[in-house]
Amino acid sequence: MATFNERHTVLTIAIVLVFLVITAKLFSVQIINKEYRITAENNALKYETRYPARGVILDRNGKLIVSNSTTYDIMVTPANVSPFDTVALCRIFGMDTASVKERFAEYRRFRKKIGFQSLVFKKQVPNEQYNIFCEQEYLFPGFSVITRSKRIYPINAGGNLLGYISEVDADFLKKNPEYKSGDYVGKTGIERAYEPLLRGEKGYNIYLRDAHNRIKERFHDGEYDKVAIQGTDLTTTIDADVQAYGEQLMAGKVGSIVAIEPSSGDILAMVSSPGINVDMLADINNHYKEIVSDPYKPMFNRAVMSPQPPGSVFKLVNGLIGLQEGVLVPQTLYPCHRGFSVGNLHVGCHSHSSPLNLYESIMTSCNAYFCYVFRSILDNPKYESVQEGFEKWKQYTESFGFGLKLGSDIPSEQPGTMPTVERYDKLHGKGRWKSLSIISLSIGQGEIGCTPLHIANFAATIANRGYYYIPHLQKDTEATPIDRKFKERHYTMVDTSYFEEVIKGMAMAVTGGTGRVAQIPGIEVCGKTGTAQNPHGDDHSVFICFAPRENPKIAVVAYVENGGFGATYAAPIASLVVEKYLRREISPDRKYLEDRMLGANLMNKVKIKK
Amino acid sequence: MNGIAYRKLDWIAISLYLILVIFGWMNIYSSSYQDGVSVFSLSTKYGMHLIWISTAFLLASFILFSIPSKIYTSIALPLYILFALLLIAVAFIGVEINGSKSWFALGPFRLQPAEFSKLSTSLLIACLLGHYDFSFTKPKCVARAAAVILLPILFILMEKETGSALVYLGFLLVYFKEGMNGWILIFGLLAIILFIVTLIGSPAVAVTVLAGIIFILAILYSRKRWLWAAIGTGTVTALAFISKIPSPEILDTAITLTIPAALAASLILAFKKKKIGRNLLWGYVCGVCFVMSVQFIYSKVLQDHQRARIEVLLGIRDDPRGVGYNVHQSLIAIGSGGLTGKGYMNGTQTHYDFVPEQSTDFIFCTVGEEWGFVGSVGVLAIYLALILHLMKSAEKQVDRITRIYGYCTASCILMHVIINVGMTIGLMPVIGIPLPFLSYGGSSLWAFTLLLFIYIKLDYDHKINR
Repeated sequence: MATFNERHTVLTIAIVLVFLVITAKLFSVQIINKEYRITAENNALKYETRYPARGVILDRNGKLIVSNSTTYDIMVTPANVSPFDTVALCRIFGMDTASVKERFAEYRRFRKKIGFQSLVFKKQVPNEQYNIFCEQEYLFPGFSVITRSKRIYPINAGGNLLGYISEVDADFLKKNPEYKSGDYVGKTGIERAYEPLLRGEKGYNIYLRDAHNRIKERFHDGEYDKVAIQGTDLTTTIDADVQAYGEQLMAGKVGSIVAIEPSSGDILAMVSSPGINVDMLADINNHYKEIVSDPYKPMFNRAVMSPQPPGSVFKLVNGLIGLQEGVLVPQTLYPCHRGFSVGNLHVGCHSHSSPLNLYESIMTSCNAYFCYVFRSILDNPKYESVQEGFEKWKQYTESFGFGLKLGSDIPSEQPGTMPTVERYDKLHGKGRWKSLSIISLSIGQGEIGCTPLHIANFAATIANRGYYYIPHLQKDTEATPIDRKFKERHYTMVDTSYFEEVIKGMAMAVTGGTGRVAQIPGIEVCGKTGTAQNPHGDDHSVFICFAPRENPKIAVVAYVENGGFGATYAAPIASLVVEKYLRREISPDRKYLEDRMLGANLMNKVKIKK
Repeated sequence: MNGIAYRKLDWIAISLYLILVIFGWMNIYSSSYQDGVSVFSLSTKYGMHLIWISTAFLLASFILFSIPSKIYTSIALPLYILFALLLIAVAFIGVEINGSKSWFALGPFRLQPAEFSKLSTSLLIACLLGHYDFSFTKPKCVARAAAVILLPILFILMEKETGSALVYLGFLLVYFKEGMNGWILIFGLLAIILFIVTLIGSPAVAVTVLAGIIFILAILYSRKRWLWAAIGTGTVTALAFISKIPSPEILDTAITLTIPAALAASLILAFKKKKIGRNLLWGYVCGVCFVMSVQFIYSKVLQDHQRARIEVLLGIRDDPRGVGYNVHQSLIAIGSGGLTGKGYMNGTQTHYDFVPEQSTDFIFCTVGEEWGFVGSVGVLAIYLALILHLMKSAEKQVDRITRIYGYCTASCILMHVIINVGMTIGLMPVIGIPLPFLSYGGSSLWAFTLLLFIYIKLDYDHKINR
């Protein structure tokens, strides 16, 4: 019996020990380890995202150019779907039964991967379908609706400028962890540049859920929910009427128009043609292929991405540099007998009186005159070599912004190209080139590429008599002040006084020179034509102007590819834009011009690069 | 029977029983609560469980007041045979639930004979061991005692209910108490250790461990104990040093070093103390055979889901979404309870069905989550009190049959609590057995009520007749 009692004690001790082990484990699980508590929260709390409305975009006069409308995405949680009437569902959404069945076969195949996730069943369902679905939702367990906002465009203008939004992709998510799958983000244009402003802040509702992902109730009655903050509305510098008008004028042509308010650097209109229709923009996913495969590349914003030789409008730059360098006074006379000839070199010109002074040379756009001017800048005895003279010349052009990114708020802006000493050294041999070797620069040809934005900025610089503001698309308002850099004046290296001389020539060009077609009764327009030589086809038609002469309100460049002489298309188009902006309508005696421009189609002249 | 001496009833056991049953119902109510459904609604688990509880009370009073205790000795064998037959039958005509065929379906009610078979086995063990002629020194008696346990284990394994079968191993504790050689328990424990080491490490490591144990035993039995102890410590230190270098070749060297050492030690002993030396040698040989066969047992005998559960438990496999899901979720529920719990009816994990089988096998999760560390330790304390009380009360019994039956009752409750709670907190593999008195379910509640109250009745009768 004694041994048995001993065994009773042994068993008692052993049992107590086992219970102590269990208690110790409980202590570690419940008291020491905090991880389980956090996991429990993640298990049971479901955060449902509340999407903010994206900020709307207004034009400079407060006109709505981009706003939102509600669309509905139909979601499905395959794990919660029980057998339903496929035909009825297909009838609501106008889908065919086979594809739905196929879809569900796919869900079944990937059911492990999908788990309790909700997937998009149909995107952007129209209102009527949504209403019918809501009435019958109880028939389709596992299906639900998510409300999203979609971009709409009240005015058909500025497709390229505004840009589009689309759902974020995997690459983007990797770089921007603050976004979640299913979010929309501005991909191009203003939508991209002002994404942080427009997107707003997402909020969430917290729900309690069970193991089957079924929503049970609001967590603490919504006390910890976060309200979505609506995106900020953005006022742009665009004048929607002028923008739309510019796009109409450029229809059937390849090229661009850029209009700037010189006194602020506001971009009033920026047309790139052919552009993206806003209807396509709203539904970019369905049109993306079509847009990308279009040989005219409507996605390509020519106004800031297409550097081209500026042609004769560049003569003004050389004239200004000549005046500043002291190698030229307005009264300097140069001869022109149908061109400029030195030895074998000949730069042709059209017929006009000779000799002529600076004003007359601008008025008639004389090639020979500016060859002389350019030579005198580069061959200036105060510089030791042509190369040094060229460097100086290049500094001047850079002070106008040529060959540089101006720093606008257009994401795709390109710097263009300006030649360098190195480039010519390579071309002609080191130090073995003279001013004559690069004489085509005098008339804006050769190794020079400016975007229309550069040229428009130059027009604004002349209008301001020597300085420019970085062109920008965001209007300075109290609610959304613009970046300080857009309020700084950028002076060129040319004195203010010399600009008046050039302006006088530009005024004469419109009143009695090459740009007569740009005359607007009652408004003193100053302009300069350009005909950019094009070895691939017809010349490009270029025109810059600003108006009125005193206290200018608008500076415009029109660049019409394969448009021939500057006066043929670019000058009328630019002047019509000026008139539209200043007068809001076209005077009757210029209607014929408007009609001709609206009707012109140059698409067959454009060679498509494949 | 007229006039009952209520004071002589075991009120401690009865009140602990009542506390557990009521607390169990509260937790079932919390874990399967349905908004707006009446407490008495039979569509809910808590409504149904009320029926189980009241019928269990009826059964209890029936046993206390109507059935004479003498009957049990005579019905023990027939009852045992009946349930053995039922266990066989259920394997063929039973309903399959969760992969095991262990239920009889009678309309809406389901009965699990394995639960009741514990009762009949306990009764038969009590009668067998309680017989004046019984002794663990007689091979015939040992064979009978072994057969009583092994038969139901065999039948239950046929139903693929490995978990329930484990409970029967608890009767070995009763055998130990009644004079069985303690080495059997120790060898059993050793076998489990070797099994785990084989699976976590490798058979080679297991053999090393075995050699080490034999070596230590050899030292304990040798005359020059201190010398051997010094050599042993040196070897162990060297081994520990070597095992830090994770190279299989060095491990092999270590094994080839320790095995001859153990053998040599045993051989030396065999010359001086022949019997012990021989036994150790045999132990070593058997151990090696065991380790070698573990791989075989593991891959051939155990089923996929059992292997998976054991692997998750041992940390060989990490799979919180798959097999480990239950344990993972159960740990989250219990762990999130903290010190004092989230409060009654406030558990998020158990309320929202994250834990499977939460009102039956995983009822302890609800306790852990809603009542916290305090609550779960409290429940454990009640179980411990009940088990120790039963053991103490059994120890005092003059009647051998009553004493042995008391120990059987205690061991059944003990095994269920250890396995069930151990499972919910990740100490044991997932073995689907209920927590006595707390879990939802008629079979389990009835079986444990009968088990306990038959003991209370036996105890009462002997107090009265003394």
